[in-house]
Amino acid sequence: MKKRKERIDRGIKARSGDVFTLCSWREMLYLAAPRLLPIIVFLLLPPLLSVYWQKVLLSLAVFALLSISWDLLSQSGMISLGQALFFGMGAYLSGIADHYFGLSPLVAIPLASFLGGAICTLALLPVLRLRGIYFSMVTLVIPLMLVRIIEATRIFGGTEGLTGMTPFPSKWIELYLVITVLLCLLFGFRRMMASDYGLVLKGICDNDRSVTNAGINIYWFKAQALFMASTVGAFSGAFMTHVYLFAGMPVFALDYSILPIAAAVVGGPGSFAGATLGAAILVPLSELLRGIGGLRIVFYGIFLVVFIVALPEGIFHYARRKYHQFERWVEVEK
Amino acid sequence: MNQTPLLQVIDLCKSFGGIQAVHFVNFDLYEGELLGLIGPNGSGKTTLANLITRFVKPSKGKVLYKGRPIQHLPPFEIVRLGIARTFQMVRPFYQLAAYKNMIIPLYSPRVKKIAGGEYGDRNAVALDLLEEVGFERDANVAYKPAGALPQGYLKRLELAKAIALQPDLLILDELFSGLSLAEVAGMVPIIEKLRLQGKTIIMIEHRLKELFRIADRVLVMNYGETIANGAPKDVMEMDAVKNAYLGSE
Repeated sequence: MKKRKERIDRGIKARSGDVFTLCSWREMLYLAAPRLLPIIVFLLLPPLLSVYWQKVLLSLAVFALLSISWDLLSQSGMISLGQALFFGMGAYLSGIADHYFGLSPLVAIPLASFLGGAICTLALLPVLRLRGIYFSMVTLVIPLMLVRIIEATRIFGGTEGLTGMTPFPSKWIELYLVITVLLCLLFGFRRMMASDYGLVLKGICDNDRSVTNAGINIYWFKAQALFMASTVGAFSGAFMTHVYLFAGMPVFALDYSILPIAAAVVGGPGSFAGATLGAAILVPLSELLRGIGGLRIVFYGIFLVVFIVALPEGIFHYARRKYHQFERWVEVEK
Repeated sequence: MNQTPLLQVIDLCKSFGGIQAVHFVNFDLYEGELLGLIGPNGSGKTTLANLITRFVKPSKGKVLYKGRPIQHLPPFEIVRLGIARTFQMVRPFYQLAAYKNMIIPLYSPRVKKIAGGEYGDRNAVALDLLEEVGFERDANVAYKPAGALPQGYLKRLELAKAIALQPDLLILDELFSGLSLAEVAGMVPIIEKLRLQGKTIIMIEHRLKELFRIADRVLVMNYGETIANGAPKDVMEMDAVKNAYLGSE
C-alpha cells in the first residue's frame, strides 16, 4: 500500500478561516486539544507543586491577567504603558475596603475590581481621542503621579501603606480563584473578540475612521474596552492585596506595566493565549534566574531580546502555525 | 423631483492656515439626483466631502440635511442620519476577510434601526451585498483577506460598505480612480442601479466621460470655489471650466 504525507487539517477546514467541518472524534480532538491543554494544566498543576512554586503559579496567573488586559486594549487600538494604574487602583481600593470598612476579601475584591475599572475608565476618558504614543504616555504618567500624591499627602498610610489585610480562608481558594478567573477571561475574551462586537473593536485598531464611517461611536466602544481591561487589571491588584496582606506605593511600580507587555510580546501579541503563554514563560524564568543574583536582569533581558528577534510573531502564533502545518502519513487508494 | 432640497450647503468655508481649501461654496441637492463634483487636483472636492460628513470641521457656513443643520454633529451621527461615503484612499480592514469587513457597517446602529431592532444573519447579508457589487459568489474572493485583494475589488468593497448602511445620500469619492476601463464599465451599472433605487448620490470624479453619462448635474470647483453648476454638456462649454482644466491662453 502506497503512502503519502497529508496536512492533518486537510478535509476539515472549510473555505473561510476559522470554520471547520468535523465528522469524527479524532477531528474534534484536533481542534479541542490545544484548547483543553491550558485548562488541564492550570487545574491539575497546583497540588503537584511545592508551596514556593504555588506562589510562582499565583504570580504567573496575576501577570497573565495583566497581560490579557493589555492585549485587550492593544487589540482595540490603545497601547497602554500603565497597567500599573489598574493594578494599583484595584490594590488600594481593596485595601481601603478591608482596612477602613472591614469588608471581607470576597466582597472587597469584586467591589474594588468594578469600582477600580470605573475610576480608571473615567480618568482616561478625556484621552481616548489620543492615538498611538500620546495615549501611551498618559497611561504611563498617571500611576507615577498617583505614587507622588500618596507620598506627598500621606493618605492611605502614606509611604508605609495599608497593612493587616484579611487573608483568604485557604491557600487553595486563593489559588483556584485566580486560576478560574484567568481561564474564564482567557476563553471569554477570545470568544468576544471573535464575535461581531469584537470585530468592531479590532476595526477600531485597524482603521478607526472607517469604523466611524459606519456610524459607530468609536469612543463609546473604546471606553467599553477600557472598562473591561481596567476591571481585569484592578481585579489583579485587589487579589494581590489579600495575598501580600498589604497595599502600598509599590503597587504602582513600573514592573506591573512592563512585564505584562513583555509577556504579550514574547507570547504573541493579538491573542490572549499568547499573552498567557508569555506570562507562563517569563514569570517562572524570572524565578529560576533569581539564584544568579545581580546578573539576573541581564540574562532576563538577553532572553527577551533573543526571543523577540528570533520569533517576532510570538511563540503562540509560531506554535499555532506549526500545529496547523502538522502532517501525517495517509494511505493512498489505488 | 421633490422641490425640497435633501442637502443644502450654504457659504461653506474651510481654511488650513492661509490656504482657502473651500471658499463660500453653495449648492442644493435634490432627492434622487446624481451630482457630479469635478475639478482639477487640489480644487477642494474631497475637502468638501469631508466637510459635509464632518470628518473635517468647517471654518464657516452651514450644511442642512433634510432642513436640519448638521455641521456641528460628529461624523458617526451624520452617518446615522443617512449620509454614507466612500474614501478616495480605500480604507478596508486589511487583516479581515472581505465579507468580515462588511460586518462592521452591518453592526451600525442605523442598520439596526432600519431593520427594526434585529440585525439578522450578518454573514449572509454581507455575502449578498458583496455579490451585488460584483464579488462572484463562487469565486471565493469574498473569503480572502482584504489585504490580498486587488484595487478593483477594494473599490467594490468600499462601495459595498457604504451601501450596507442603506443611506439616503451616498458620497462617492473618486470611486473609479485606479480602475481599468473594463472595471469602470462594470461599476457604472451598479451606480445606475442605486439611482433606480432612489438614492441621492454625489460623485467626485476625474473620469468625466463615464460621469457625464450618468450625472444629472455637475458642480465644478477650482481653488476651493464653485465655478460652474449645471447640466454636464452645458458646464463643459463654459470658459471658466475650460480655463480651469486646460489653463488660460
